[in-house]
Amino acid sequence: MPSSPKTFDSEFIAEVQRESEQNLALCYQCGNCTAGCPVSFAYDYPVNQIMRLVQAGRRQEALSSHAIWLCSSCETCTTRCPNDIDVARIMDVLRHMARRDNIVSEKAVGAFWTAFLESVEKHGRVFELGLMANYVGKTGRMFTDVDLAPIALRKGKLGLKAHDIKNLAEIRGIFDRYREQKQ
Amino acid sequence: MSLCYAYYPGCSGLGTSLEYDTSTRALCKDLGIELVEIPDWNCCGSTPAHAVDHLLSACLVGRNLGIADDMAEERELDGIITPCPSCLKNLKTTQHRLADPEFHRKVELIVGRPLKAELPIKSVLQVLVEDLGIQALAKLVQKPLAGLKVVPYYGCIMVRPPQIMQFDDAENPMALDNLLAELGAEVLPFALKTDCCGASLGTTRKDVITKLSGRILDAAEEAGADAIVTACPLCQLNLDMRQSQINKANHSGHQMPVFYYSQLAGLAAGQGEASTMLDKLCVSPRPLLAALAGHTGEGA
Repeated sequence: MPSSPKTFDSEFIAEVQRESEQNLALCYQCGNCTAGCPVSFAYDYPVNQIMRLVQAGRRQEALSSHAIWLCSSCETCTTRCPNDIDVARIMDVLRHMARRDNIVSEKAVGAFWTAFLESVEKHGRVFELGLMANYVGKTGRMFTDVDLAPIALRKGKLGLKAHDIKNLAEIRGIFDRYREQKQ
Repeated sequence: MSLCYAYYPGCSGLGTSLEYDTSTRALCKDLGIELVEIPDWNCCGSTPAHAVDHLLSACLVGRNLGIADDMAEERELDGIITPCPSCLKNLKTTQHRLADPEFHRKVELIVGRPLKAELPIKSVLQVLVEDLGIQALAKLVQKPLAGLKVVPYYGCIMVRPPQIMQFDDAENPMALDNLLAELGAEVLPFALKTDCCGASLGTTRKDVITKLSGRILDAAEEAGADAIVTACPLCQLNLDMRQSQINKANHSGHQMPVFYYSQLAGLAAGQGEASTMLDKLCVSPRPLLAALAGHTGEGA
């Protein structure tokens, strides 16, 4: 765990509330989210503690956690929260913020998502083989799923060519305008 | 009353889940449900888009909704449907968020199309059990799946979050149970029916997948199932294509076929391999199907 400032960052709380459209004050730490979270075993902070870190304005610890990258978006926390907090949406917003701050504690996960979206921008649809090559290039993980390649090939599940959409210009325009809007 | 929908196949239907797309189209055809593919549809962005930015996610979905709006100008549509729960969640979440006028305006500006986004959005499974009714499916059955013991596995997001998905019960869904029972299969109770398989962490954190998907395979075997039946391309891939990785990591010896429900429905309806594509499954269901009376050598 990197050493981090322990100060109360009220702007951080406001930002998470604004972007997630959730009221963090409603969380009373019942722990239902963590009880149902399937990925808790791999987290550094269980999801209820992530919620508490945000309530306590601990920006650095929340955004540098591994948990926010490992959340599988299964929506169990959101489904079971007795106070109707969309917890999974808060986890999403935290990784948006972390990415903007260039804090990516699970590098492979961050790289995979980037490679995925680059594939969508390039082809309009995901081209899995190209995505994997790009991901390996970004992470240096040469042996990712190589054991699956023979079976995927044999079953005709490893597409060797991309299925580009016809109107690629439209997709690229969407990405361009999205980036302009974000600036 | 005949049903007609704008059909969103999703990217996996072009490759890793070709058998789901193919068997879904064949099943709908047999049931008289007309599917019109959304022309030149693009990727919904899946998990990576919503994990990177909600606006980007909505814009990628938005183009597809806009094209579907154009389709609805030309002909009467009962809605937009997709077999994939991940696509479904993105489509429905976007539709929900577009109810906010400011967000709607922002998305329209970026997509560059006017968006009504008012067509109902459903999974193919939901259409079968709610719009059509599973009695219609029962009428198709020529070769009941008698003796086949299955556990239904919904995955997490077919029914979650309930405020968005508006389908079945978020903790104990029964749509797939009931559908499989209509096909003549013996449906076993399955406590892990909505537990997470590890989703898209397969490439990046295999340890998470082998643990979570391993638990699902263990529980299915423990329940006495011959096979798992899914409705999600990513769940199916994790449980089937990654089964060898799971066995290796967990020192288990599973040989558990993992079907799409649409394949089993096709099989029960007497469809051939061109429609059911059973040979696409990595863990072959052939020995199991050969052992079942009435299905020996079927569809080979």
